[in-house]
Amino acid sequence: MSNSFSNDDLQTELIKDFIIESVEGLDLYDQKILDFENEADLGTMNVIFRVIHTIKGTAGCLALPKIESVSHAGENLLSMIREGEITPNKSMITTLLSLSDALRESIQILEQTGREGDQDFSDLLAQLDAHQKGEALPTPEPEPEEQAYGLFEDEEETPAEQADEAWGLFGDEEEETTPQAETESKEPATAQLPANTGTSLAESSIRIGVTQLDKVMNIVGELVLARNQIVLNTTNFDEAALLKASQRLNIITTELQENVMKTRMQPIGNVWAKFPRVVRDVSNELGKEVRLIMDGQDTELDRTVIEAIKDPLTHIVRNSIDHGIESPEQRLASHKPAEGLLSLRAYHEGGQIIIEIMDDGAGINVERVKDKAVSRGLITSAHAANLTEKEAINLVFQPGFSTAEKVSNVSGRGVGMDVVRTNIEKSGGTVDLSSEAGQGTTVKIKIPLTLAIIPALTVTTSGDRYAIPQVSLLELVRLEGEAAHSGIEELYGSPIYRLRGKLLPIIFLNEQLRTEALADEADDEDKVVNIVVLQADGRQFGLVVDEINDTEEIVVKPLSKQLKGIPCFAGATIMGDGKVALILDVMGIAQHSRVVSENADRTISSQEETETVQREDTETLLLFSIGSDNRIAIPLNQAARLEEFEVDTVEHSGRHQVVQYRGEILPLIEIADYVPTSQPQADKTSREKLQVIVYSTHTGTYGLIVDQIQDIVEQAISARRESRCETLAGSIVLQGHVTDLLDAEAIIERYESGAIPQTV
Amino acid sequence: MKQFCTFYLGDLMLGVDVLEVQEVILYQDMTQVPLAHDSIKGLINLRGQIVTAIDLRERLNLPPSTSEEEQKNIVIQSGEEAVSLLVDEIGDVIEPSEDDFEDPPETIPEAAKEMIEGVYKLDKRLLLVLNSERTINITSDTSSNWLQTAAS
Repeated sequence: MSNSFSNDDLQTELIKDFIIESVEGLDLYDQKILDFENEADLGTMNVIFRVIHTIKGTAGCLALPKIESVSHAGENLLSMIREGEITPNKSMITTLLSLSDALRESIQILEQTGREGDQDFSDLLAQLDAHQKGEALPTPEPEPEEQAYGLFEDEEETPAEQADEAWGLFGDEEEETTPQAETESKEPATAQLPANTGTSLAESSIRIGVTQLDKVMNIVGELVLARNQIVLNTTNFDEAALLKASQRLNIITTELQENVMKTRMQPIGNVWAKFPRVVRDVSNELGKEVRLIMDGQDTELDRTVIEAIKDPLTHIVRNSIDHGIESPEQRLASHKPAEGLLSLRAYHEGGQIIIEIMDDGAGINVERVKDKAVSRGLITSAHAANLTEKEAINLVFQPGFSTAEKVSNVSGRGVGMDVVRTNIEKSGGTVDLSSEAGQGTTVKIKIPLTLAIIPALTVTTSGDRYAIPQVSLLELVRLEGEAAHSGIEELYGSPIYRLRGKLLPIIFLNEQLRTEALADEADDEDKVVNIVVLQADGRQFGLVVDEINDTEEIVVKPLSKQLKGIPCFAGATIMGDGKVALILDVMGIAQHSRVVSENADRTISSQEETETVQREDTETLLLFSIGSDNRIAIPLNQAARLEEFEVDTVEHSGRHQVVQYRGEILPLIEIADYVPTSQPQADKTSREKLQVIVYSTHTGTYGLIVDQIQDIVEQAISARRESRCETLAGSIVLQGHVTDLLDAEAIIERYESGAIPQTV
Repeated sequence: MKQFCTFYLGDLMLGVDVLEVQEVILYQDMTQVPLAHDSIKGLINLRGQIVTAIDLRERLNLPPSTSEEEQKNIVIQSGEEAVSLLVDEIGDVIEPSEDDFEDPPETIPEAAKEMIEGVYKLDKRLLLVLNSERTINITSDTSSNWLQTAAS
C-alpha cells in the first residue's frame, strides 16, 4: 500500500498523525504537570517526559526543526527534574506549561499551513535555559541529557512502565513505518523501545471520523424503522420460523442501536480535563488560591452536546474564580480557609444531564446586582425594589450585564453570562443560578443527553403531522362543548384566550401555514379546540391545532437549502411509520405571527408579573361558593378529593349526616352552617347532588358540603385581612374579588365539639 | 463522452449527466411543505435521508401531467443534500455524440431557458440537457408572503 504513496503523500500522512498524537499528548502533558506540581512523583514525570520526548523525536523525523528545538530544550529541563538535579518551583512549572502552549501553537500553524510557522521562541528557550542553569549545575549541558536517556531506557523496560505507556506508541510506529525516520532519528532511546510496548492499545482502539459514525447512526435509524415494519407485518403470519427470525431481528436491531448510540457518547471528563489548567492559570493571575474538585467525570454525553457546552462551562468556571472566590486575605477575614473550593459535579437525572459548578466564595451581592442593572438601564429602580432575591440574581443573565468593577483579563469583557445562557438554551438546556451570601454560588445546568434526538409533541393540522419540540411546550388546553365556541374571543380581530385569567394570544396553525382548514365534519356539539400553549423568547402564545397526537423522541434532520428560507420550520424528522414530518420552529412562528409581535410589550410585562407572583408565596387555591355570591377558597393541597354524592345516599348517624365512602363512614359538614353568608343559601331540600370536598386531617376524614366548586386558581396572597369570623382564616383578593379563606380546622373542631351550627 | 440519464415529461425527452444521479426510484409518499416554493412537492424519506422533491413540470412551466401513472423520482446528489426530480417516465442511459450538440434555441420560453443547457439532436428526437444545479436552485423565502397574509 505504501508503494502507491508518493513521498509527499507519506509525509502529509505522517504530519497529520503527528498533529493528532501531539495534541492529545499535550493535553496529557498539562494534566500531568499539574499533578506533578501537587505531588512530585517520578511516574508522573516519566509520562511528562515521554510526551515531550516523543514530540521531539517525531519532529526530528519529519524535519520540523523549530518544534524539535523547543521540545529539546524542554526535554533537557525535564530530564534534570527527573534526575532530581533540580527541584521544580512554581515559576518553573509555569514555564513548562508555556512550553506546551508554544508547541500547541506551532502544531496549530502546522495543521493550517502544512509547514512550521515563524514564531519566535527565544524567550521561552531562554527561560528554559535559565531554569536549568538556575541551580548552577557543574555538569555541562549535554551530559544530563544523555544520562536522562539512559534512565529512560531502563525504565521503559520495566513492565509497570509499559502499562501506562499510553502515548509513546506513535513514536514506535513512526520508527517502523518511515524508512527515512530511521536514519534521521537522533534518539537511540526511541529506536530501541521494545517492539511490543503498548501494542495492545493499538489493537484495542482505532480512530473513526465523526462523519463516519454519523452515517452509521443514520443507517441504524433506518434499520430500526425497517425492523418496526417487519415486526408489525410478521405478527399477522402464522409461519413460526418467520416469527422467530423477526423476533431475533428485533432484538439484534435494538442492541445495535444502543451500541451505536454509545459510540457517540463521550465522558464529560474530556471537557473537564482542561479545567485544572484553567483554574490554575486564572487563580494565579488573580492571586487567589483555589482547589478544584471534580465529580462524575465519567458521565457520558453526546459529542455534539459536549461541543456546545464546552465554552459556556469554561466561562462559568472562570467567573466563579474571578467573581465568586475571594482573595485569601478576605477569606481568612471571614473565617474561611484561605484556599477556595470550586467543585464540578455531573450526574444523570431524568434523562438529562445535570452539571453543577459550585464555589464557596462570597456569593452574589444582590444589591450590587440590582444597582448595576439599574445603572445599565436594564431595569428601573422601582422594578428593582420589587424583585425577589432569585430574580435579582438571575439578572446577571441579561445581555449587557457585568458586575466586574474593573475589567480584568479574565472576565468582564462583555461576553457575559447572557452568552452562556444563550448557548446552553440553544442546546435545549437550561441554566439556573442560586447564591447564598457568604456561602457561595451554584450554577446548575440541565442539558439533554443528545441534541440529535429530542422529545417532541406531534400534532396534526390539515391532515399533516408536525412535531413541536418539548422545550417550548408549556401546557395543552382542550376546549369542549360550549367553551369550544365561546372560549376564543376576539380583540380587534386578534383571537385571544383567557388562560386562568391571563390573556393568551392565539395563533391558528393552519392559517400560519396557509393550509386548507379541514371541513368541520364534527357537528357543533362535538366541536373541540386544541390549544398548545407555547413559550418563545419569554412570551407565551397559544397555537390552535386540529389534533394533538402524542409525544415521542424524534431525530432532528436539517432541511435542504430549498426550504431554509421558511421561518416556520426548524427541520424535519422521520416518524415511526417512515413518513416525514416537519418540526415547527416555535420562535419563528412567534416572530412572524402578528399576534405576538404586536402585543409583545404587554405580554412581556404580564409575563414578568406572572413570574414575580409565582416566586412570591404563591398558593394554589380551590375556589367554591356558598349561597349565591359568597366566594370562599381553601388551599388546594388541603383538599384530598372532590366528590359528588347523590342526596339519596346520605344517611344519618345521630344528628350528623354521613355517607358511605370507600368502605368508611364519611361525616358530612355543611360549610354554610359555619360561615356567615350574605344571602340565604339555596334551599337544601331542592338539591339532588351534593358537591363535597373530601378533607383529611389528623382526626379523620370529613366531607365538606359546598354549593358549587368554581375554579382552581394559582395566585400569590397579596392583600390579606384578618377575618371577623372564627371559621374563616382571613380575606384575600383573588381574581379581583374579595374572597374568604376557609379555616377548615376550626370548622372541624367546632363540629367535633358539637357546637350548634349557627343557622340550625 | 458524456452519458445522460434520460427521462420524459409527456413527449419531451430530457437528460441529466449520469454522474449527478444518485438513483432512480418509483413514486414515494410525500409530506407536503406549506409555504414552500410552488414547485416543491414535498419531502421523501429515502432510507433515512430526507429528500426534497421538486415537480419538474412545475419548474419548467409545463402543464400538470394528465397521465394516471404516478411520477418517478430521479434523485440528484447536490453536495451533502439530495434532491429528487419528479418526472413522468424514466428512459435509458444514452451516450450521444458531441457533434450533435447545439445551444438551446431562442424560442424556448425564458423561464425554462436558464435550466436548459443545450440540445442533442438524436436520430428520431431531441434530447434537452438539464442543468441540474440551476434546476434545483430554488429558494423558499416567504417573508413577502408573510406580509401578504398579514395584510389580508
